[in-house]
Amino acid sequence: MAEFVNFYLIPGLVLGSIYALGAIGVSMLFSILRFAHFAHGDMMTLAAYLALPVVVGLGLHPLAGAVAAAVMTSAVALGIDKIAYQPVRARPTIVAVMISLGVALMLRSVIQIGFGVKIESYSAGQIVPPLRFDWFVILEKHIWIIASTLVLMLAVHLLLSRTRAGKAMRAMSDSAELAQLTGIPTERVVRLTWIVGASLAAIAGVFAAWDTYLQTMMGWFLLLPIFAATILGGIGRPYGAMMGGLIIGLAEELSTYPWITDDPLVSPGYKTGIAFAIMVVLLIFRPHGLFGGRVF
Amino acid sequence: MSPDQIYGLFLYGISLLTMGGIYALMTLGLNMHWGLTGILNIGIAGFFAVGAYTSAILAAAPHPGHWGGFGLPAVLTFPAAMVASAVVAYGIAGICIRLRSDYLAIASIGIAEILRLVVKNAKEVTNGTLGISNLPRPFEWIPGAGGQLAFLGLVIVLVLGVYWLAERARTSPWGRTMRAIRDNEDAARALGKDVDAFRTRAFVTGAAFMGLAGAMTAHYIKFIGPEATEPLQTTFLVWVMLIVGGSGSNRGAILGAVLMWTVWSASEIVAGYLPAELAARAAFVRVFLIGLVLVVVLQRFEGGILGPKRGET
Repeated sequence: MAEFVNFYLIPGLVLGSIYALGAIGVSMLFSILRFAHFAHGDMMTLAAYLALPVVVGLGLHPLAGAVAAAVMTSAVALGIDKIAYQPVRARPTIVAVMISLGVALMLRSVIQIGFGVKIESYSAGQIVPPLRFDWFVILEKHIWIIASTLVLMLAVHLLLSRTRAGKAMRAMSDSAELAQLTGIPTERVVRLTWIVGASLAAIAGVFAAWDTYLQTMMGWFLLLPIFAATILGGIGRPYGAMMGGLIIGLAEELSTYPWITDDPLVSPGYKTGIAFAIMVVLLIFRPHGLFGGRVF
Repeated sequence: MSPDQIYGLFLYGISLLTMGGIYALMTLGLNMHWGLTGILNIGIAGFFAVGAYTSAILAAAPHPGHWGGFGLPAVLTFPAAMVASAVVAYGIAGICIRLRSDYLAIASIGIAEILRLVVKNAKEVTNGTLGISNLPRPFEWIPGAGGQLAFLGLVIVLVLGVYWLAERARTSPWGRTMRAIRDNEDAARALGKDVDAFRTRAFVTGAAFMGLAGAMTAHYIKFIGPEATEPLQTTFLVWVMLIVGGSGSNRGAILGAVLMWTVWSASEIVAGYLPAELAARAAFVRVFLIGLVLVVVLQRFEGGILGPKRGET
């Protein structure tokens, strides 16, 4: 029991939180701009590296680094949207999908040129003892990550359900043309979506780096489980994306638990394949996600 | 220039054309997917790997680290690679050919990643990260540059053959149906075309070409390892080649492959002359340029060099 909770359930929740934050952004971008944003993962990497001087250089808490990274990454995302995606808004969305692949490559190489490719860490050399409550053992950073994610999910919920901006976003997600006809400033909604999506991605990126370490391919490896989570939750449905992220994160970690015999159920080498396997099964049987929704 | 240098340049030219030709097989396959049919496949590396490993395992000498020891000749292993890729593609098509392009893109890259994990982890089959080495290259018994020239000849013959097939497919009634599906799926369906069946056929055919390219590469460099399944050098480079050459045009696909491979390979040489510190970074600049070319061409030069202009098909 203790082993299960400490080494499988908690890491699963942490990973799930990171996926969920990424998936909310992918899902919102999809519902507003109607394209799968393949540069989302590399945006997370960028954020993790942007937070590096704040956390290591200034010696601030990684949460402060996450906030700083969210601001910077939002600015970058708005710039990218203006240069890369806005010019092709009127073309078929598939063009934007491919442009986002190009943007992903460019972002990653800029990080590699700017920061180098060696592995970095927010807390090199420091060993933080975990908190102990009888048999329950947890790292302080894991508490922060899970708690912050819950707060952010609540914030997204309030934004979508209680504010005018959220209403405009939902309207645009139903029909961009109708939203424009009723006088909703669609380009402003698009910018807000980028800010929300990029901020959540940035925070997720910093959390991922805080949980383990920084390396330039981290975002690319996060991207596919995040897509899986997005599809699981029903593409274009932020609430589904939250659940999808948690489910994928838990599934990846719990799949290596020795459920039946003394060996891990799934060999750890294939752990990252779990997300794709779930995704493929879903695409066959429930392409609109677990909780219903639309297929675009 | 000394004779040695000229000979070296000659050999370099051969290897350039050989790899360019192998990439042309992939761009022709991708053109069948994307240019002709509108299937957004970003799992090219997966089909490439299936073809490469199939051929490698069938052709390799016995080795305790991986399957093999059949020692079959290329005449058999290359077609086997195509069949294996086609079979995998058929299975994937059954899952996701009916999906909208974004989903298909995500699914295709997810499946390519699963294949990459299998290649890495199924050690008894593929020798894991060590890969399969000492693969036989066709014509390598010919002394001097003759063997390489003969291999280049084989590549050219295969490219021309695949080009002929792709061009026949494009101009046939089948190709017209494909373009109709690409441009207006609902209308094609309303005319009684079985959209999914047509798209599956195009997907399987294109994947077979990619598998052939995988097998050719493995035997040309006499080695196949999991790095070959990384999406950068295969998937994204191939996409840039097709987009630059002109998506929708088979000649554009070949031109883009040879042209971009020359640029890619020349940039590697330029990087070699830089100081070590800069050279390490130059590799990333090349990746940046791939992304940049992709974005700029898609934004401003829709048809690429030889692609159909607006309104043409």
